[in-house]
Amino acid sequence: MSALLAVSAVTVQFDGVTALKDVSFAVPQGELLGLIGPNGAGKTTMLRVITGVVRQTAGRVELDGRPLDGLPTHIRIRRGLALSQQIVRPFREMSVIDNVALAAGLDKTASPLKALFHRQRARELDTGRGLLARLGIEQHADESPQIQPMGTLKRLELARALALSPRLLLLDEPLAGLNSKEARLLADTITEINRGGTTIILIEHNLGEVMRVCKRLVVLDNGEKIAEGEPQAVMNNAVVRAAYLGSGAASQEGERHAAA
Amino acid sequence: MEYEISLATTMAISVLFALSLNLITGFCGQISLGHAAFLGVGAYTSGMLAKAGVPFLLTLPAAMLLASALGVIVGFASLRVRADFLAITTMGVGFLFVGVVRQQDALGAEMGISAIPDAGMSKFAFMLFAVLAAAAVALLSVYVRGCWMGRVFGAIAEDEDTVRVLGIDVPRFKLTAFALGTALAGLAGALYAQQLKFIAPDSFGFIESITVLSMVVVGGIGSVVGVTVSAAVLSVLPSWFQVIGDYKLLVYGGLLFLMMRFSPGGMAALVARIFHPDRWGTK
Repeated sequence: MSALLAVSAVTVQFDGVTALKDVSFAVPQGELLGLIGPNGAGKTTMLRVITGVVRQTAGRVELDGRPLDGLPTHIRIRRGLALSQQIVRPFREMSVIDNVALAAGLDKTASPLKALFHRQRARELDTGRGLLARLGIEQHADESPQIQPMGTLKRLELARALALSPRLLLLDEPLAGLNSKEARLLADTITEINRGGTTIILIEHNLGEVMRVCKRLVVLDNGEKIAEGEPQAVMNNAVVRAAYLGSGAASQEGERHAAA
Repeated sequence: MEYEISLATTMAISVLFALSLNLITGFCGQISLGHAAFLGVGAYTSGMLAKAGVPFLLTLPAAMLLASALGVIVGFASLRVRADFLAITTMGVGFLFVGVVRQQDALGAEMGISAIPDAGMSKFAFMLFAVLAAAAVALLSVYVRGCWMGRVFGAIAEDEDTVRVLGIDVPRFKLTAFALGTALAGLAGALYAQQLKFIAPDSFGFIESITVLSMVVVGGIGSVVGVTVSAAVLSVLPSWFQVIGDYKLLVYGGLLFLMMRFSPGGMAALVARIFHPDRWGTK
């Protein structure tokens, strides 16, 4: 398997604060990668570097072996990225289906001229309805996002990202704010999407679901990559435990291991 | 009859001008407090060319082109700043226009340009021409709102960061809105110069920018029918009631404030609320 996304030695500094330090990892075609770490570890910053919202101070990001560096966000999206944001941001003045159809019209919104000379959107509405059905929220298609509960909005955010037909889907805490049943259902949907051939990077705090659906994890802490590999092995790593539980807990753990 | 014809012409030009701002502010959500400057660019371009012997109809494309070119330059500001800062920037452009024109002897300075040559149309024919132009712009607005461009504009007005994440080139769409809206303002300006045969810098100042913004807001930001009706009504009020003409800034500024405070969706939203009370709050 060749790497779809390659992140090489990325460093990001904001006003002297280092948000990411020399982080490298690769995502092979077809993988469902979990990107985890405690709050403030730099996970969302990493996604923002990939989507081009944040410019890295150093390092490279490549998609399909072609550099993304310096390209504006919309061109990266057109190259095959899609982002489902942590805080859901539906267009509240449009219906649920219109939100998804807008994203599905990628070829008609490529330039103002194209957009001016295209009116039809039957195909985009079809695509949109199909995606809403796949995510189980088709009954809300013609309603306003303003009256939807968080579970529906999270699915809408995901449907809108999928409408871009991405090759690499970036999910920023899609399960946050959902109860355990909803989270499990959505995690299953994410697995299905991945089986359908879409490569996924999943940022998530719900470690139970991450361990269940991801085949490989990358762990960030304080802007540095501290571990990478099989979920079980990564979670048994003392450095990872220290990052999650605090250094005191880890040193106690270490002493216990040493004593044993 | 002459008075009614002149009134109808004024109405048509105001409707055209208000709809041009509606494209930028109503559809695409980019506030402009200096839109009268583009009316002025169109008026001066058409007036000067007409005085140089160019036939009126040929001055129209020139007026639109020049206004649009300046509009795109101002549009670049909208790529850098947002909302309240854009309001201040466009207001500055409005003052800049009046300030520069006042100092240019070639443009008639304070005295403006008078005796602009006649287009060779009867007053009635010119009224018809203005009404048709306004109707065409109204139809264009309805078309734009219903095509993919209108959908993208609406999304940009709501949340441009999310539009970027959907793979859409937000700057190009914003510049297009400015180019289109200011070109049409230039057209309105050319008609205005031809109607009055006399233009002066003060006709394109802050008061005029506030007047047209209040027409858009009172009608209902983004609503083609609402803006058309409110521009038609508000443009003739000063001719009917002397007091409104005397206190223009106060009246239109006050209207703007009252609408923003009590019905941000304008009259269009008020009407919708009366006829579809069940949808109140969802749209």
